[in-house]
Amino acid sequence: MSTLSLKQLRKQFGDVTAVHEINLEVGDGEFLCILGPSGCGKSTALRMIAGFEEPTSGDILIDGQSVVTMAANHRPTAMVFQKYTLWPHMKVYDNIAFGLKLRGLARTEIDRKVNEALELVGLPDYGKRMPNQLSGGEQQRIALARALVLEPKILLLDEPFSNLDALLRVRLREELRRIQRRVKITAIFVTHDQEEALSLADRIAVMSKGRVEQLDVPSRIYDQPATLFVADFIGVMNLIPAQQNGATIDLGALRLESPTRVNGTVTVAIRPEDIAIVGESDVDAWGGEVEQIIDLGHYRKLLVKVPSVGTLKVYAPKALDLRENQLIGLNPSRFTIFRDGAAPIEVKREAVAPLEMSVAV
Amino acid sequence: MTTLTLSMRDRLKRYAAREGFGLFALIFLIIFIVLPILTVLLWGFAIRWRFPAVIPTEWGFDFWQETLSRADLRRAFPNSIVLSISVTLLSMVICLPASYAFARMNFRGKQFFLLSFLFTNAFPRLGLYVAIAIIFFRLGLVGTFAGVVIVQLLNTLLLMIWIPTAAFQGVERSLEEAALDVGASRLRVFMQITLPLVFPAVFAAVLLTFVNTFYETYGALLIGAPNVLTIPVIMFPLINNQPIPQYGAILSLVLFAPSVVLLLFANRLLRGGYLTAGFGV
Ligand SMILES: Nc1ncnc2c1ncn2[C@@H]1O[C@H](COP(=O)(O)OP(=O)(O)O)[C@@H](O)[C@H]1O
Ligand SMILES: [Mg+2]
Repeated sequence: MSTLSLKQLRKQFGDVTAVHEINLEVGDGEFLCILGPSGCGKSTALRMIAGFEEPTSGDILIDGQSVVTMAANHRPTAMVFQKYTLWPHMKVYDNIAFGLKLRGLARTEIDRKVNEALELVGLPDYGKRMPNQLSGGEQQRIALARALVLEPKILLLDEPFSNLDALLRVRLREELRRIQRRVKITAIFVTHDQEEALSLADRIAVMSKGRVEQLDVPSRIYDQPATLFVADFIGVMNLIPAQQNGATIDLGALRLESPTRVNGTVTVAIRPEDIAIVGESDVDAWGGEVEQIIDLGHYRKLLVKVPSVGTLKVYAPKALDLRENQLIGLNPSRFTIFRDGAAPIEVKREAVAPLEMSVAV
Repeated sequence: MTTLTLSMRDRLKRYAAREGFGLFALIFLIIFIVLPILTVLLWGFAIRWRFPAVIPTEWGFDFWQETLSRADLRRAFPNSIVLSISVTLLSMVICLPASYAFARMNFRGKQFFLLSFLFTNAFPRLGLYVAIAIIFFRLGLVGTFAGVVIVQLLNTLLLMIWIPTAAFQGVERSLEEAALDVGASRLRVFMQITLPLVFPAVFAAVLLTFVNTFYETYGALLIGAPNVLTIPVIMFPLINNQPIPQYGAILSLVLFAPSVVLLLFANRLLRGGYLTAGFGV
């Protein structure tokens, strides 16, 4: 049960600034995900918290106390690594007991704690095995047990499941969340997988090029991206470059209204689910041609070519009878205007009736 | 008829392609390793073995008695052992931390340092030793135990730096960081995580160093003689001056024994299993 704060934390490797001044407050028992593409500085940030990298400047506070001068082996943090996590020459039991032995605990106490930890991660009888006798998923669970057994204040996880297959990843993710809630530990989870972050996190810090672009709850990260990067990185998004003149943006057949008046280049971002499919001849719609239909099981993704707008990604219910090269109308109900140096502006348009199933041939 | 020959040749070709390398390796092994060792073995127990005879014509242990009872060899044996152990231990103390530094740190001139060990080894041995002997003479190290230790130590550097450096580089950093993370000191991480993981490679390097040092001749001859005499130094004139191959053969067999024991021991240790296993996820 602890809090963590990063203050103006920065890390430079030679000419490369891996982490620019980042500020972050993580609450007691919170599960925070740091999400970003490979090379954006996630691991570096995490490794500074763990004490493996020395910050170039800035401060790290745990429960209000600065830990930057504290060596990694004295910090109240515990890390789960992406791979090569367990010591291959030690039994599972000894892997977990290693830190406890260093603390000079009595044998019976160590025994009890190791068994509790094994129980917690659902591998109660694995103590006698060697790491190379475990599957990848089991190894990561043991690594989690090894981290938790020391009752650290902050649990750090650096893409712990990214080497596992998709199904197992989802299972372990859910289990991790259950365990984290049970032991009520403050956790920082680094990942490049947005689905993982969206499903796990209390809050997500989206990073790009060493900076935190947005820090918010998952739903707002998705619904109200703060920057063009976040809009593009999270979920599926249509990004349309456009020209704003005063309060209007003329985009193909449609005139979009903006609540603010400016002149200049903007990017209009529209989620596929915010585009309704209407009749081809609808006046309040872009007319377009279905280029490709991608069946995604319970729904379909369409790529629709709209003259002077571009190719838009749109979702269609399976019931709608569509074929390639068919002409349809597209009506955006919600979009966000991004302009360099300005806050994004979310605009809702009046609802329109979606295409009747009977309309389509 | 033609088809048959062709297919025969075809099959032969395929066989050669499949088994070619193995066959080549086997022949190589026999000519360059098994035959010499076999010859030495035969000479050790031969009393008479003249040219056209394929194997000795007269057998016996006469030369064993003669060789092993030589006073100079009896004196040289403890010398050789103490020297080899000292050099090997000293080499470990110097080279293992240095290899770790080479593997883990990035400092200017690292590549140059690593290559410099190769250069000194590529330099003709005898010339190097003569130069060293001149310096040692001024320092009063010629004919001393310390002098021999230093010159033999130089000999071990390449092996004891290169092999452990490669081994240390093979230890994933995350394994060390994980130990640091649960509270181990740097020293403890090295002793309990890193060292056990590089043990097979380092053990092999140490073993080779010991054996190499035991047989090292030129350095011991130029720096040590006549005060510090080792077995190979005694063997040298024995083999050179008297055309009695039995001396050399018997000494080789005697010296071969401890190497074989050590190597078997190493093999058992390495086959112990987990040391070399379990690095994957
Ligand atoms: N030890 C290092 N030395 C030099 N550059 C590094 C080092 N570690 C990371 N970097 C650089 O810092 C940037 C961020 O790396 P990292 O934090 O590992 O990214 P991520 O975990 O998000 O993929 C990258 O450009 C990487 O090349
Ligand atoms: Mg990373």
